[in-house]
Parts: sequence; structure tokens; C-alpha cells
Amino acid sequence: MHEHDVIVIGAGGAGLRAAIEASAAGVKVGVICKSLLGKAHTVMAEGGMAAAMGNVDDRDNWEVHFADTMRGGQYLNNPIMVEHHAKEAPARVLELESWGAVFDRTKEGKILQRNFGGHRYPRLAHVGDRTGLELIRTLQDHGIHQGMEVFMEMTVVSLLTTGGRISGVLGYDRERGRMRIWKAKAVIMATGGIGKSFSVTSNSWECTGDGHSLAYHAGAELMDMEFVQFHPTGMVWPPSVRGILVTEGVRGEGGVLRNSEGKRFMFDDVPEAYRNQVAKDEEEGWRYVCGDKNANRPPELLTRDHVARCINREIKAGRGSPHGGVFLDIGWIKEKIPNASEHIKRKLPSMYHQFMQLAGVDITQERMEVGPTTHYVMGGVAVDGDTQMSCVPGLFAAGEVTAGLNGANRLGGNSLSDLIVFGKLAGEHAAKFVKSNAAVEVDPAQVEAKTRAIEAPFERPNGENPYAIQQDLQNTMQDLVGIVRTQKEMESALVKLDQFKARLKNVGVSGHREYNPGWHTAIDLPCMLTVSESITRSALERKESRGAQFREDYPDKSAECGTFNLVAKKAPDGSMQVSRRPVVPMRSDLKAVIEKMK
Amino acid sequence: MDPSRRVQFRIWRGDKNGGAFQNYEMNVSEGMVVLDCVHRIQAEQAPDLACRWNCKAGKCGSCSAEINGKPCLMCMTRMDTLPPDQVVTVEPMRSFPSIRDLVTDVSWNFRVKKKIKPFKPRKPDNADGSWTMFQEDIDRVQEFRKCIECFLCQDVCHVVRDHHKEEEFIGPRFLMYTAALEMHPLDTEDRLADLKDRDGIGYCNITKCCTKVCPEHIGITDNAIIPMKERVVDQFYDPLTRLFRMFKGK
Ligand SMILES: Cc1cc2nc3c(=O)[nH]c(=O)nc-3n(C[C@H](O)[C@H](O)[C@H](O)COP(=O)(O)OP(=O)(O)OC[C@H]3O[C@@H](n4cnc5c(N)ncnc54)[C@H](O)[C@@H]3O)c2cc1C
Ligand code: SF4
Ligand code: SF4
Ligand code: FES
Repeated sequence: MHEHDVIVIGAGGAGLRAAIEASAAGVKVGVICKSLLGKAHTVMAEGGMAAAMGNVDDRDNWEVHFADTMRGGQYLNNPIMVEHHAKEAPARVLELESWGAVFDRTKEGKILQRNFGGHRYPRLAHVGDRTGLELIRTLQDHGIHQGMEVFMEMTVVSLLTTGGRISGVLGYDRERGRMRIWKAKAVIMATGGIGKSFSVTSNSWECTGDGHSLAYHAGAELMDMEFVQFHPTGMVWPPSVRGILVTEGVRGEGGVLRNSEGKRFMFDDVPEAYRNQVAKDEEEGWRYVCGDKNANRPPELLTRDHVARCINREIKAGRGSPHGGVFLDIGWIKEKIPNASEHIKRKLPSMYHQFMQLAGVDITQERMEVGPTTHYVMGGVAVDGDTQMSCVPGLFAAGEVTAGLNGANRLGGNSLSDLIVFGKLAGEHAAKFVKSNAAVEVDPAQVEAKTRAIEAPFERPNGENPYAIQQDLQNTMQDLVGIVRTQKEMESALVKLDQFKARLKNVGVSGHREYNPGWHTAIDLPCMLTVSESITRSALERKESRGAQFREDYPDKSAECGTFNLVAKKAPDGSMQVSRRPVVPMRSDLKAVIEKMK
Repeated sequence: MDPSRRVQFRIWRGDKNGGAFQNYEMNVSEGMVVLDCVHRIQAEQAPDLACRWNCKAGKCGSCSAEINGKPCLMCMTRMDTLPPDQVVTVEPMRSFPSIRDLVTDVSWNFRVKKKIKPFKPRKPDNADGSWTMFQEDIDRVQEFRKCIECFLCQDVCHVVRDHHKEEEFIGPRFLMYTAALEMHPLDTEDRLADLKDRDGIGYCNITKCCTKVCPEHIGITDNAIIPMKERVVDQFYDPLTRLFRMFKGK
């Protein structure tokens, strides 16, 4: 048994930042992660992190960022978190620089910022299109010298509680296949996303929603789970790369969307709330890309939910590309600038390689084929906006696994900044918590029961193949709870989810316990099911279309639905209950900010 | 390429106590990469076949292996770039101890990194705690920071692979990592003595095998190792510099 003050689950941006902060406060920290250090999903982030530093456009400040984020989230966000985020992101980015990060520069030698959907001014600090790598490497290289202990390739399967409070975590060691117990006074959940519950996704194998599920079963609340972000531009061809992300940075650098008729269809449908912020024609859109402060953004840089739906509409109307997407064209900028090829390769190097190597497409010359892909979950563990603690004493959460910052839809770039702002807060408050609360004993009965459940698939070597269930689950969610939703389809999804639960009881694995991916998949499945159920039940309950949720049977926004968040909680009988909770009220000074920015 | 063709695979199965190649066969269709095939074999024929991967897009550096004897990323190796009528051999990186199947023990790399003196910036240039740095001053460092820590260069370097100098030599990845710190415009630390004595930069005889396998196309040898070798020579062996240092009392 290991003993720590704080256990951080996850070594993505949020987990590492939290671990650094807690270590700095002088408490004993352990970090547990499923992959090797430095490989967490954060490494894949491309476009940048949002922080209103005003380096490129000095009209930018925290108030504009605050208003942009609230508008993007359709006012279901927790304003306290949005305020923390907008105010503290610039300092967190500068701190990364002091730890060795090397961001792209402006001509004056400051950190360069780029345009992204839904952000009024160029706001994303970035490094080409590999910002996530820079973030995770910086935190990793700084973190290993701060005294934290890192447990790689270990998976937490249960949060242990005693008298309702966190007492530790139970997990297994991938290499040896053995169970381990970590005793802890506080746990910080930083497990990232849930994309693997869908068949077309930009997410890695790790994103099975473990943290969402672990927290839920330990008594925490899952909020806003109906809001799953479908990124408008994933690769669609060849089939084996389907879903892999094409960064919004491509559009930020001037890439445009066209249908099979060659038309820039995004101009056709600009939502009311954004009308006076969008370019009136192609020429103005290009001026914006070039940094003209008097120009408005091209419609390709509207929020992701909207762009994804427009693409979906074009495809459904038969104006799609040969492989069921639409065209994304960055090569066209050669009409506008000399050396366009070199410019594109410098600004978007990994996109260039990704398409060249995986699809045989030279993006400086040819159009890309793109379509929506499951990307991010706005919903997650409900936390206190100031401390990041959930309703389970001692359980904190930060990063994608947390709800509150993004409301109904996340703006691109707001996640990487989320990780460092709230990772820090969670680390700070978890350290405070352990200083004023003694440890509680681990309950052996919990450990035993969970261990038995985890090992059960080995007793059924001829049971059902876990990969088959996983695939059926992913297809069900994709087809029935995807971009466009209806009551009927979601009800049939719930029936299927019940069937998967039954099939899960008969799942079997063969082979050894050491590094056995079949067994790991069997362990991930219950988490994926819990997450899928919470998404489906919440989406059914929200009878409107708002942000990332589009209901064909309720295509409009409803004022009433704008007054509450949905919260899923485990009832005493073990069933999932979804209830309404009034949105966190906005202070009057913050209301004034919103008014001012209208 | 045909919409689908039958391909034979030889995949190494085993652990630290040894193992053997096993044969598998499957249909391969357009655009598939080696990692897709391994996954398909896992899902349909060998659920306990161990391999590492995360991003499937060449960004995380998890899926390193040796394909037909060549160290590369499984997720970035397209099937249609391999000879069509030949068996495809997939084995783990051979320089590292085996854990299981395609998974190796790369913990040496993490230990090495921890020994290298961390980044130590000069005082901020500006009142808000920021620094002024120009793009042209950081281009080189950014090239090095593209490294995804796939450790393919470590795998292929003969100082590690054939001579097992793990205790005296940090390998190309970390020589380059040190170079990135040394060339960072804000850094004030000095790592040259470590490079010379502890890190074994002298073992590198510039064969450039590391550079050839780097999936990020980083000029490891030319842009990082050679300049560091020159700095070491300048500081420790060049008589004029030595004299100068004596006078400066450094
Ligand atoms: C391709 C792509 C590009 C993106 N680009 C951007 C961008 O440009 N800007 C932006 O702001 N956002 C971007 N995002 C979103 C952003 O990258 C993620 O939301 C963010 O990185 C999540 O970070 P995290 O720290 O919360 O979790 P992650 O980085 O996902 O880390 C989760 C960690 O938890 C661990 N873990 C999970 N379950 C367990 C368990 N049971 N036991 C132990 N450990 C566990 C994992 O091993 C991992 O270490 C992008 C996402 C993708 C997929
Ligand atoms: S150039 Fe040096 S470091 Fe690179 S493979 Fe050759 S000997 Fe090793
Ligand atoms: S330098 Fe290149 S080959 Fe070596 S670890 Fe980094 S990315 Fe891999
Ligand atoms: S899976 Fe990430 S590099 Fe291959």
C-alpha cells in the first residue's frame, strides 16, 4: 500500500499542473496515469491556449474573454469559473514561459496569439500546431524536479471512501496486472474526456470517461453531460484515420470550407447572436485573417457547434465530398500571398505531415476532406467554482473531466488554458484540504469487492469478446445520440445500453494478467457505459437545442431551459437520476461586463 | 492499390524470458497503417497482444516498433509503403528490455532526463514578468522541442544498441534535449561539464543513424550534437579559451 497526502489521477495538462501546485505547497503527492508520462491526450492539442494577453490586439482583456466564453457556452457556464479563467489565464501562460516553454513570437518579441472560433480577438498563445506537446512537455520537465512521485501505466478502477470522505484509490498495474492501493487524504481527478464512447472521435484510447464514472460511483454529481462537442473538422479519408483532428488553426490561418459545388456555404447561415461580428464577404474575411483590426472574422470561425451542423447539413443535402465530408481549402491563399506553400508548412507543420503521410494529400496544393468528429465533453464532475472540490469531501477535479467553465459549448483554446488555471486551483485547495483534515482508514471490504469484480472476466475465458461490446456501444452512441438527436432514437439507445450492461456480465478474457489489452478493455467498458447513460439521459431531459446539443424534435432554444443545468447522480437504489439545478447566478458586476460587450 | 488484399504478418510475442514470432494473416484495405493491422489482429485474433499507442497521428511517440527491421512509428507507417508481396515483420524496439510483445521497458529514458540540470531562466525582462525573445532566436530550440519522445533514436544508436553504454551515455534524444536547454535564449545554467564527463557526448561518432529515424525530422546530429561537441571542445580543450577562463577566474 502506498501513502500520500494527495493523489492526482491523470498526467495530462490538468493533472500535472495540479501536482506541481500541491507539491509546491509542501504536501506529498502521487500522480497515477494510464500511459507513460508525457503521452496523455493533452499532447495532441494543436491550435493553442486562450489567454487575453492582448499581445496582438491590445483591445483584448479579461472582460472580452469572459463575455466570449459565456456567449459561447450559451450562458449555462458557471460565471465564477469563467471569471477565474479569463483573469488568470495570462499569468498561467507566462508561468509556462518561466518553466521553459517556447511560444511563437510577435515581431516585438512577445508571445504570438492567433485567431480561433468564437474569440473576438487573436487570443491563442501557440507553438505552430503542436501547442499541447509544448504544454505537456513543459509541465513534465518542470514537474519531475518538484518531488512528486509518478506511477505510470497504472489505471485507477475505484475511488475509496470512508464515511463519505475520500480515503484512497484502488488501481491496477498494467505491466504486472496486480492490484494496488494508494491511501490518500485528497484525490484530484484529472482524467480528461470521454470520446471513446463514440465511433468517430479525435480522442485516444485513454478517453473512456474513467474519471467521470469513478467520481459518479463515489457519490459526485455529473453536470451538463448532454453537451458533447463534435468538432467540425476531422479527417474522413482513408477510413483508418477517420476522426483524427484537423486543427481549427487551419481556418484561423485562412482555410475556407466549400461544398461539392465549390461554394463557401458558411456565409449562408450566420446566427443572430454573431451577426455583427462576422465578415460580410470573402474579402473582409481575408482582411481579418491578415490582422486588419477593422475587419470581422470569416464565418468559418464561428463556434464549433454551429460549423459542425452546417457541415452536416451540406453532407445530408448531397453537396458533400466524395467520402462523405466537405472540403477544407488552405491552399487557395496562394492567390493572396507569395510563398504560400512555405507559409502553410511553417504555420501548420504537423497538419502538413499528417495529410501527406496518412492521406497522401499535399494541403498546400490540394483540398482536404473533413467532417465532424467527437472531440470534447463540456460536462463532467460538478465542482465548487472557487476550490474545484466536488460534493464528495476530499475529491477535487480539474480539466476536461470537470463541468462548469464551458456551459453548452466550449470555445477552441479554452481547454488548454482551463487545464493550467484550474489545475493550479485544484492543487492549491487540495493541499489546503489535507493540511486541515486527517487521513481516514481505507475500507477493506470495498477493496475486496471491487477487486473481485475486476478479476471476474478471467473466470470466463469463453465469455464474450470485450472488443465486440465496445464497438457496438460506440456505434450506438454515434448513431443514436450523435450530432442530431431525437427522443425516439435516444430512448432506443437507453434500451440498448441496458442490453450492453447485461452482456457485460458475461464478458470474458484469456491470457495472462500482464499487459493484457483485452482485459483492460473489459475494465473500461463499465465506465463507458456510465458515461453514455449520463449523456443520453441528460440529452433526453433537455428538450431544446442549445450549444452542442441539437434536437431535431426541439430545434429551437427555450428560455426556460436556459435557467438550469442538468445533474446526474446515483440514487440510493443504484439507478441514475437526472435533475435540474438553477444556473449559478451572475454577480451584477459580471452582468455589467456582459452588457458592455454586447 | 486493390481495395483489399491478404497480408501475412510476423509479430514478435513474448516477454523478458524470451519469445518467438507468430504468424497472422488479415485483409488490408486502402490507407491502413501498421498500427491498424495490429489493432485488428488484437480485436479478432489475439486479444492479449500487447502494444502501446495513444494518438494514432504521430504526435505522442508511443507506438515505436521495428517494422521489417526498421525503427518507426506504427501509426505513421502506411501499409502501401511496404513491399506488397512480402511478409510484414513487426517487433519491439530491440535496444530496450522487453516487457511484453511490442511493449518495452523505456524507463531508462525517464531516469536519464531527471539527471539533466533543469531550465533556469534569467530574470524577467519586463515588469509584468515576461521576457522579450525574437522568433529568429528560438527557431532552433523550437526544432528540438518538436521531439515526441518516441525514443527511436535511442533505439537505433549503436552506442546503446551494440555497446550498452547506458550508464555512461545519455543517447541522442538527451544530447539534443541538453542542446535545447543550452541554446534556450533565457537559460543561465551550464551543462557542458556534464555533457563531457557524465553524459558521454564523446561516445557519439556522428554516424547520424539517429537523425535518419527521427519521425519529426529533427537534425539531431548536425544541429544539436555537433554544436554541443564544439562547445565542449571550446570550453575544455581550446588553449586560448582555457587561458581566457583562467584570467576571468571562472
Ligand atoms: C486532437 C486534439 C486537439 C486539441 N486541440 C486543442 C487546442 O488547440 N486547444 C485547446 O484548448 N484544447 C484542445 N483540445 C482539447 C484538449 O486537448 C483536452 O481537452 C485537454 O488536453 C484535456 O486535458 P486533461 O488534462 O483534462 O486530460 P488528458 O490530457 O486527457 O489526460 C488525462 C490523464 O488521465 C489519465 N487517466 C485517465 N483515466 C485514468 C484512470 N482510470 N487511472 C489513471 N489515470 C487515468 C490518462 O492516462 C491521462 O494521463 C484538443 C483535443 C484533441 C483531441
Ligand atoms: S550520430 Fe551519435 S548519437 Fe546519433 S546514432 Fe550516431 S553515434 Fe548515436
Ligand atoms: S529526437 Fe526524434 S527520434 Fe528521438 S525521441 Fe525525439 S522524436 Fe523520437
Ligand atoms: S500512436 Fe502516437 S505516435 Fe503513434
